[in-house]
Amino acid sequence: MHAAIQAEALVKRYGDVTALDGLTVDVPPGTVFGLLGPNGAGKSTAVKVLTTLTRPDSGTATVAGHDALAEPALVRRSIGVVTQRAGTDPQATGRENLVLAGRLQGLSGTEARSRADALLARFGLSDAAGRVVRTYSGGMARKLDVAMGLVHHPPVLFLDEPTTGLDPAARAGMWTEIATLARDEGTTVLLTTHYLEEADQLAERVAIVDRGRVVATGTPDALKSDLRGDTVVVGLGPDDDPARATSVLRDAGAGEVTTEGRALRARVDDGAQAVPALLAALERNGVGVSAITVARPSLDDVYLRLTGRTLVGAVEAEVAA
Amino acid sequence: MTTLVPHTLHLTGRHVRGFLRQPAFVIVTLVQPLIWLLLFGQLFRGIVVLPGFGAGSYLEFLAPGVVIMTVLFSSGWSGMAFIEDMDRGVMDRMLSSPASRGAMMASSVAYTGFTTIIQSLVIVLVAVASGARFAGGVVGVLVMLVAAVLLAAAFGSLSNGVALLVRQREALIGFSTTLTLPLSFLSSAIIAREAMPGWIQTVATWNPVDWAVTASRSALSADPDWTGIGWRLLGSALVALVLTALATRAFRAYHRSV
Ligand SMILES: Nc1ncnc2c1ncn2[C@@H]1O[C@H](COP(=O)(O)OP(=O)(O)OP(=O)(O)O)[C@@H](O)[C@H]1O
Ligand SMILES: [Mg+2]
Repeated sequence: MHAAIQAEALVKRYGDVTALDGLTVDVPPGTVFGLLGPNGAGKSTAVKVLTTLTRPDSGTATVAGHDALAEPALVRRSIGVVTQRAGTDPQATGRENLVLAGRLQGLSGTEARSRADALLARFGLSDAAGRVVRTYSGGMARKLDVAMGLVHHPPVLFLDEPTTGLDPAARAGMWTEIATLARDEGTTVLLTTHYLEEADQLAERVAIVDRGRVVATGTPDALKSDLRGDTVVVGLGPDDDPARATSVLRDAGAGEVTTEGRALRARVDDGAQAVPALLAALERNGVGVSAITVARPSLDDVYLRLTGRTLVGAVEAEVAA
Repeated sequence: MTTLVPHTLHLTGRHVRGFLRQPAFVIVTLVQPLIWLLLFGQLFRGIVVLPGFGAGSYLEFLAPGVVIMTVLFSSGWSGMAFIEDMDRGVMDRMLSSPASRGAMMASSVAYTGFTTIIQSLVIVLVAVASGARFAGGVVGVLVMLVAAVLLAAAFGSLSNGVALLVRQREALIGFSTTLTLPLSFLSSAIIAREAMPGWIQTVATWNPVDWAVTASRSALSADPDWTGIGWRLLGSALVALVLTALATRAFRAYHRSV
């Protein structure tokens, strides 16, 4: 069966910035596909190209069986788009926004109204349906955004960071909706996210994007098992020198040692076996340890290994800013 | 193409609902032309004794001029709604949906036409209430509305096209004021043609703002020059058509920038 979304060697430059640098993805129909990457990786740019908002400098893209460059009008009829920024009219009510979106997608007045009401109910917005969107909370507006992308039952749906700004309960609700779309309605979903958990939970396949290209792609499990061994996280005491502790760990046989504040992360073949030896080596060299944990590799580790950054760190920095 | 008309209707509805939801804006829209009318009416009260002005009161002379100036200034702002849509992400959503580009432009023009008609009628009513008498009657007023709407279509599209190119409030405001103020003073909006210096008369001959003013004033007079009115309306319609088409092409430039 043909891929629902296929992008081949997309390049997009904005002046000196190369936002996409040969990005290639392939999304099978009826699946949820996650694009993971740090800020500025090119996720939104990829979505803009695939949703016909902008043209790439080179490369090809096929969406829902249509060439996104040669037949953008056909692509637009087959896709739902939820952009990273809001896309609703704050001066109109929730229902008016949905009805207008439906009419522009070619639904009749009756169809558009009943579809709007169904979506409002599905996203828990029925009570706010008659209020102008300006008065919505951030989370309500985000739900409406996602609902707007669904009015015409699109076979292919693009969600650019759909859960950013949602509280944990609302995020869980959104995950259920997204999973349902793919499972019960056969919708192909391309989702970008900073949340590894989200990709891990929802996406059958993920692509890790860094500096405009895909640096790894596969199922979350396959990506994780590509990483041999376990991660050991060592919390240092207040007087310890991270640089010194790093060299001690390296001498004791740990790989890929990185520092994050007062914690060191390292990779070992078998955590249970390695911990006593690492602790002994640290103690011998006078490094005090406040905590030590062993973890099976997470997508975050895959990410760190490929991009040299942790996603969790990047998201926290963004939230703090 | 088949979507042009229905999409224009739906999108115009959106603009009109948004307008009616902002009472302050509705009031400004209604009051602003009255301020022009009263201000110029007082300022140039003595001017009727100059050559070139008809026998009637200056208010009768001024009303069509104020109508056209108001329409020009209002439509020059049209692109602000486009920029707001860009800032809110509404533009990007529309452009990745099957919404017709022509309808996005046409609905903005239709909405500008809607406010144009309201503003023009308010001016006419207040002028009549203040004692002005328009010999041209209802037909004269209708011709003036046509001239006003055509001018609004031309400058509204121009403003939208510039908005798509510059994508920035400040730049659009700069463009709009730099264009609309001189164009209204290089026309017979508030002063009779015969009272203008020669070079301004020449410029005015080629100024669509003057076409609209002259056609309106003539239609409202006791003795309209229908040939002159016809040519000027035709010229305005052509300018409006060309500018709307060009502005619709500016969506391409926007696509390249996002
Ligand atoms: N319209 C634009 N004009 C200029 N530069 C742009 C434009 N859009 C994106 N860029 C640049 O392209 C690069 C990729 O941006 P993009 O928005 O695709 O990243 P992202 O992966 O979505 O990041 P985030 O996680 O922060 O949303 C960035 O360096 C950004 O500054
Ligand atoms: Mg983004």
